[in-house]
Amino acid sequence: MGGVEAKNPPGGWRWLSFWIKSMQAVLLAVAVCLSLGAGSPASGMNYLDHHLMCMCGCSQLLGECDHVGCPDRGQEMADLSADIGANMTDQQIYNAFVAKYGATVLAAPPAHGFDLVAWIAPFAVFAAALLGTILLIRRWSGFSVGAAAASEVTDPAKLNPAERERLERIRRETGAEGGI
Amino acid sequence: MAALGSFALLIALAFAAYNLLAGALALRLIATGQPARISPERLADTARRAGIAGFIAVSTAAFALIWSVFTNDFSITYILEHSNRALPGAYKFAALWSGQEGSLLLWAWLLGMYGFVLRLRHKTDVKLYAYAGTVLAGIQVFFLLVLNFAAPPFALFRGPVPADGNGLNPLLQYPEMVIHPPMLYLGYVGFSVPFAFALGALMMRYPGEKWIKLTRSWTMATWLFLTCGIFLGMHWAYAVLGWGGYWGWDPVENASFMPWLTGTAFLHSVMMQERKGMMKSWNVWLIFSTFLLTMLGTLLTRAGLVSSVHAFAQSSIGTWFVVFMGIVLAVCIFTYVLQHEHLKTEHHLESLVSRESSFLFNNLVLLTACFVILWGTLFPIISEYVQGTKVTVGAPWYNQVAVPIGLFLVFLTGVGPLLPWRATSFKSIRRNFVLPVVALWTTVIVCLAVGVNPWQGGTFSSGHFYAVVAFAVSAAVLTAVVSEFLRGALVISRQTRRNLFESLWLLTRRNTRRYGGYLVHIGVVVVVLGLTGSAFNRSSEKEMGLHDKLDIGPYTLECTGFTQDSNANYNSEYALLSVYEGGKQKFQMTPEKRVYLASDQPQTMVAIHSIPTWDLYVVYEGTNPDTGQPIIKAFLNPLVGWIWFGLVVIVLGTFVALAPSLSPATAALRVPAARAVTAEPVLKGGD
Repeated sequence: MGGVEAKNPPGGWRWLSFWIKSMQAVLLAVAVCLSLGAGSPASGMNYLDHHLMCMCGCSQLLGECDHVGCPDRGQEMADLSADIGANMTDQQIYNAFVAKYGATVLAAPPAHGFDLVAWIAPFAVFAAALLGTILLIRRWSGFSVGAAAASEVTDPAKLNPAERERLERIRRETGAEGGI
Repeated sequence: MAALGSFALLIALAFAAYNLLAGALALRLIATGQPARISPERLADTARRAGIAGFIAVSTAAFALIWSVFTNDFSITYILEHSNRALPGAYKFAALWSGQEGSLLLWAWLLGMYGFVLRLRHKTDVKLYAYAGTVLAGIQVFFLLVLNFAAPPFALFRGPVPADGNGLNPLLQYPEMVIHPPMLYLGYVGFSVPFAFALGALMMRYPGEKWIKLTRSWTMATWLFLTCGIFLGMHWAYAVLGWGGYWGWDPVENASFMPWLTGTAFLHSVMMQERKGMMKSWNVWLIFSTFLLTMLGTLLTRAGLVSSVHAFAQSSIGTWFVVFMGIVLAVCIFTYVLQHEHLKTEHHLESLVSRESSFLFNNLVLLTACFVILWGTLFPIISEYVQGTKVTVGAPWYNQVAVPIGLFLVFLTGVGPLLPWRATSFKSIRRNFVLPVVALWTTVIVCLAVGVNPWQGGTFSSGHFYAVVAFAVSAAVLTAVVSEFLRGALVISRQTRRNLFESLWLLTRRNTRRYGGYLVHIGVVVVVLGLTGSAFNRSSEKEMGLHDKLDIGPYTLECTGFTQDSNANYNSEYALLSVYEGGKQKFQMTPEKRVYLASDQPQTMVAIHSIPTWDLYVVYEGTNPDTGQPIIKAFLNPLVGWIWFGLVVIVLGTFVALAPSLSPATAALRVPAARAVTAEPVLKGGD
């Protein structure tokens, strides 16, 4: 960019760098918080019955199945209650349910083996897309250096005729007053 | 009527096929300039007229089916399976979309209706409309092929005609079911129009951005229909299914949400094309993807690829949809490869921190959300294919994966409008973001002070953590958007000496699109606040005899009786509950359990007492077969009413955005979206 904004002031970058590091610290703290309690004793009926499925075919969480006379809910709740009473950990309870009812009893895929892909893929795609977007903008920013001065934003008179014509055409065609 | 309906569908297919073939031939002749025995323009006009005639034929078929439902013509299998004599009139109308064949007919009818409007307005741009009309005819041919050969709605029942029908699925006998599916279908089908224009514009190497202006209203109206359809579906699930929630991440719910996400991304990114001539390829692919996702939604709903509570809609026409989606994708790729040079961007982004980049990030997050939902929906199939065992991908997975992405999106909703176009400066960021940041941290402190604490009893609650984040981000976004309104209104107030309310009105009228969009953002934040309330849901279940009591939150429910009722359609049992608060009787609730006679299926009718702070939601689950005691389940669901209020704001905002802005007479009163860069150092991030 030409003019006054050709270089970013070091103070500004320090400020940006501070915020990026702060964000990283917050994200790290969140990740640590979310991973707490992985091996702790059972989390309680209300938590676990919302992480297990009712196997009657209703496609509902065990804690949300509302069928009176449901053939499976009562037995599953009794099993869950017994497992919690036996001081089993969450993982032990999940394992016991999978052994008895099959893998589909878990309301979310387990985080190991191939099923780990279910957890990783969304964040990997998001990270890749984020990185790609940032790189794209950096590349485009490089193209734009020297192409147009920021002051032109407020001074249409400095636009070249082709640019002015293009803007006029867009304005004519879209009636755009600004959008959001 | 069955013969008339079948004949009308065949005729409609013939018209659509003629529309497609003659339209394509005419456009080919016009494009190549080859001499022909008939003028290409006249041929194109006959194709257009065939499209209009096709709509009349499909309307006739739809009318024949509706007539057959109302006259209880059980010789037609579809009517036999989805209606009965005692079915109330409104639900008889709903029978049109309660089964697969009727739904497909509704789709074809709506597509014909959209095409009819489009073809009537062809003088706006004869050539582009001819291309779009031909593309729409191609889609219509597919649906009419399915209706004529794979899922005929007028198929006759073999054997002696029963005296009465099987009745409508009890889940569908609820007032919203008369509105929710047509709304959803208006949304699904509506995206065919911008898709047709985008593909047509690409085929003809259409110069300029005019096609975007032509489709802007279509896209926004379609988006609004889809939004309303989704929310009505949520309300239906809340009021009928009786599990206390409104969104279960069911594959069919997901199928409606995915095109909404890409459609929302499209609505934002077209502004980049309008203003800067950027993201042309991106926009074209966004609308292609949105259209394909509407098809995928129908495929998931109808083909039974994944297990769903919408099991009443399953069938075997999946192959047709897979083939059609393959053809559409191939046409899109082929056209793009052939014409992509035409979509070269006219500008590049100049800064990582600008309005343009915020649109890019907005698109990135929306598409990631779409991928996450698609991934979660299809993962059971992938897992079964790879491992041989099926897994469940339910609400816990979506809550952990999709919620953080959603919150980031809400954050962008507030940040985007505060950034100026092209580039911004540190000073400008500080100036624009002070109030939102103050609101954010104030909300965090207030949340912690009133006990919304992620660390409770020594354990970390991710639900409460996300709730605090959601409240804080929502407060920041609301502050940002409201301050944008106030800033503009104060400028107008100073210039025109109007009061603040008049100035707000004038401000909105002068740029309806911008401020309508802001209103939609406010609506989205209100919805997010409502969704956040689910982190604090409580429930209690009890077998209740006469005068038994059940406590939930500040309320005590006392059972004062049970009663029964019956009519020609169903028998019902009611529980009469007196609700006390602070020792005083406040109101009565009557949760109901129905058993529909035609299908012998039970259905709950939830009693809901809604106030801004929460919903008291009571379900009469029936009687315990062992004890004979009635079972009552009560939920206290905070802030649910805000979700429905948020929808009202979104609808209002979209109507504002659809309204034309005031004439340029007031253009002198120009308020910038955010202060543009002048002599301040800019943030370029990329350097």
